[in-house]
Amino acid sequence: MNWLSQVVAVTATAIRTIPQRRGASLATIAGIAGVVAVLVAVLSIGEGFRAALQAAGSPDNALVLRSGSDSEMMSVLLGDAVEIIAQAPGIARGAVAAGEAPVPLSSAELFVVVDVPKKSTGTPANVPLRGVQPAAFATRPDLKITAGRMFEWGKNEVLVGEGALRQFRGLDIGSKLKWGQNEWTVVGTFSAKGALWESELWTDARVLQPSYRRGNSFQTVSVRLESIDAFDKFKDALTKDPRLDVSVQRESEFFGNQGRSLQMIIRQLGVLLAVLMGIGAVFGALNTMYSAVSARTREIATLRAIGFGPAAVVVSVMVESMVLALVGGVAGAFLAWLFFDGYRTSTLNFDTFSQVTFAFDVTPALLVAGVVFALVLGLAGGLFPAIRAARLPVTAALREL
Amino acid sequence: MKFWPLLWGSLRRRKARTVFTLLSILVAFVLFAYLAAVRVAFSAGVDVAGADRLLTTHKTSIIQPLPASYQDQIARVPGVSAVTHASWFGGIYQNPNKGFQGVFQAPIEPEGYLAMYPEFKVPDDQKRAWIEDREGVLVGATTAKRYGWKVGDRVPIQGTIWRKKDGGKVWEFNVRGIYTGAKGVDTTQFLFHYDYFDEARQYGTGIVGWYIVRIADPAQTAAVSKKIDALFENSPAETKTVTEKALAQGFADQIGNIGAIIQWIVAAVFFTLLLVTGNTIAQSVRERTSELAVLKTIGFSDGRTLALVLAESGLLAVLGGGAGLALGAMAIAAGDPTGGFLPIFYFPTRDMIAGVILVLLLGLVAGILPAIQAMRLSIVDALRRA
Repeated sequence: MNWLSQVVAVTATAIRTIPQRRGASLATIAGIAGVVAVLVAVLSIGEGFRAALQAAGSPDNALVLRSGSDSEMMSVLLGDAVEIIAQAPGIARGAVAAGEAPVPLSSAELFVVVDVPKKSTGTPANVPLRGVQPAAFATRPDLKITAGRMFEWGKNEVLVGEGALRQFRGLDIGSKLKWGQNEWTVVGTFSAKGALWESELWTDARVLQPSYRRGNSFQTVSVRLESIDAFDKFKDALTKDPRLDVSVQRESEFFGNQGRSLQMIIRQLGVLLAVLMGIGAVFGALNTMYSAVSARTREIATLRAIGFGPAAVVVSVMVESMVLALVGGVAGAFLAWLFFDGYRTSTLNFDTFSQVTFAFDVTPALLVAGVVFALVLGLAGGLFPAIRAARLPVTAALREL
Repeated sequence: MKFWPLLWGSLRRRKARTVFTLLSILVAFVLFAYLAAVRVAFSAGVDVAGADRLLTTHKTSIIQPLPASYQDQIARVPGVSAVTHASWFGGIYQNPNKGFQGVFQAPIEPEGYLAMYPEFKVPDDQKRAWIEDREGVLVGATTAKRYGWKVGDRVPIQGTIWRKKDGGKVWEFNVRGIYTGAKGVDTTQFLFHYDYFDEARQYGTGIVGWYIVRIADPAQTAAVSKKIDALFENSPAETKTVTEKALAQGFADQIGNIGAIIQWIVAAVFFTLLLVTGNTIAQSVRERTSELAVLKTIGFSDGRTLALVLAESGLLAVLGGGAGLALGAMAIAAGDPTGGFLPIFYFPTRDMIAGVILVLLLGLVAGILPAIQAMRLSIVDALRRA
């Protein structure tokens, strides 16, 4: 009998006899499923958060901040700087409303937060309020008004992102909001393919300036570039201009960096949990496999006595352990997907000090990572019991029990 | 204690299994300890907030500044025993990846602020040196350790919001003191002179971020808050006064169910681990049915058999769980896993006690069913089965 058919025969026996060790095998599967489900679930929080930020940043857009500011909230750009920026080379031109002459697609914006109660707890949360100029809708083409109407320029009216509408209280169309001494009316809602903007409230920057005592100052400028390659031209023109003191970034890069702290926390916690739980699950698997080997002692010894090699025994134990791990891994990944994918929530983004609404995102890559992790656990849990099984002294083992 | 060798013998019967069971219990309780610390971190200091401290912020949002002139007006409100203020600085040390932006950096009134937060412990000579040096900064021990700063160091911080009058972005400070605090006190803050900051800044002179108010009688919280807010009603900067605890709770709520979900997940894992180890312990007793029957044959009473089996599971739980809790406490003391993003990260005493109770419960629950089985074992049946 050749080596391969030995391996197949012994492994098949091992797999067929798993139901006899139902309790312990189920415990192993459940343990590994738990580990994988948790790992995938925790990492899906980070993925969803990252997706919301990344969807916001388009490589066709550039964002101008005052140099040294690393978030929108901390930046200040005066009115004359904003005028200079809008005239820089590299900016795409287009009509901001039907029938109007093309203008540079540049939107100077204000970014502040206002206290709005969270639906889940009723306590105030820092909801971002963005004051924009007409070109803002041209630089974010994904933005679509889903209900109500566009706010009128020059009036105290706001548009509410769908994410914000879902998570915060009192933002339905027609609601009145009082910030400072002014009252604002919600006139419409918008979606933006899950991007960051959906967490925000939008209004006319010119209306926001006086109520926040900003004079003629803004915080950032968002521009649409002529093409992806026009970025360097645009950046050079601004950074070499002695009248300006600004930093220019691709919007995609900027927003990719805006969730650093939270992503770091989630990733570190996820890894820590995975390591600790992985250790626990490996012990569980080791326990199960040792009992499986001892339950099959006589069988293994008989096989060895009639001429099966130690390699076949090793492989059979390893395969059994990997099969259990695979079942557990797939089950765990599926559970995580079932319960967590698309789960909507909002949290405080420490880097911008404002709320971000997003959906947990169980990506295919996470599912694969979860199953691979399960297989690694199975491998680790099977190795030592397999070696023990192969080393069993045949005569003593036959006598046992 | 004369049964000790018997107990020891049964644990050594399957050494590998005993070791793995112990280690799984250990891991479960390390996880338990971490869960407690993470819960505290996400609740952002709700447990340690001072009951007699109120915070007065701008009504629209805490990011909106308030005039510095409010201080005297608030101080005159009956029931207010002290008032001081702080502002958000948000600078960068070296480069954004160092994570210094997450550290609470604030221009404050040195004496007033320390009097407001007596839980910040500073050696007297350092305190004096800090108060006397206009460019001095008082740094929490955790932050000092993280960036390797010592008293006497000069640290350049790049302002992100605030610039100096000459347009410079870099603010330099002298580390004059390092403060410590009991468990749960935020020892990450970076505190410097408001006077120096206010004179040197390019714009925004005469504004502060928020006020911290101490009230004489914590029972009067609601009344005093209302009086303070009434002072500034219909002014350009209306205020909102809440207790420090409510503000901390508000921030915890802002982080929201992310924290809750992580805790829920870890708790599920913890109990799964307990279930699996409990099952292993029970299984190892079941395998020894015939041995137990022999013990009973030679005269062990039912009660003694029960005690023996319970003692075995209890010993496993106490050894593994105790080591796990100790290891967890040590790991937590070594610092938070994110390298400084969670300023409050410790193992609360309450959870430590809960952990010990859980250890004992594990021993009891895992052992009780097989122990009762062992107690009820009929000698004849058991011997025949083997």
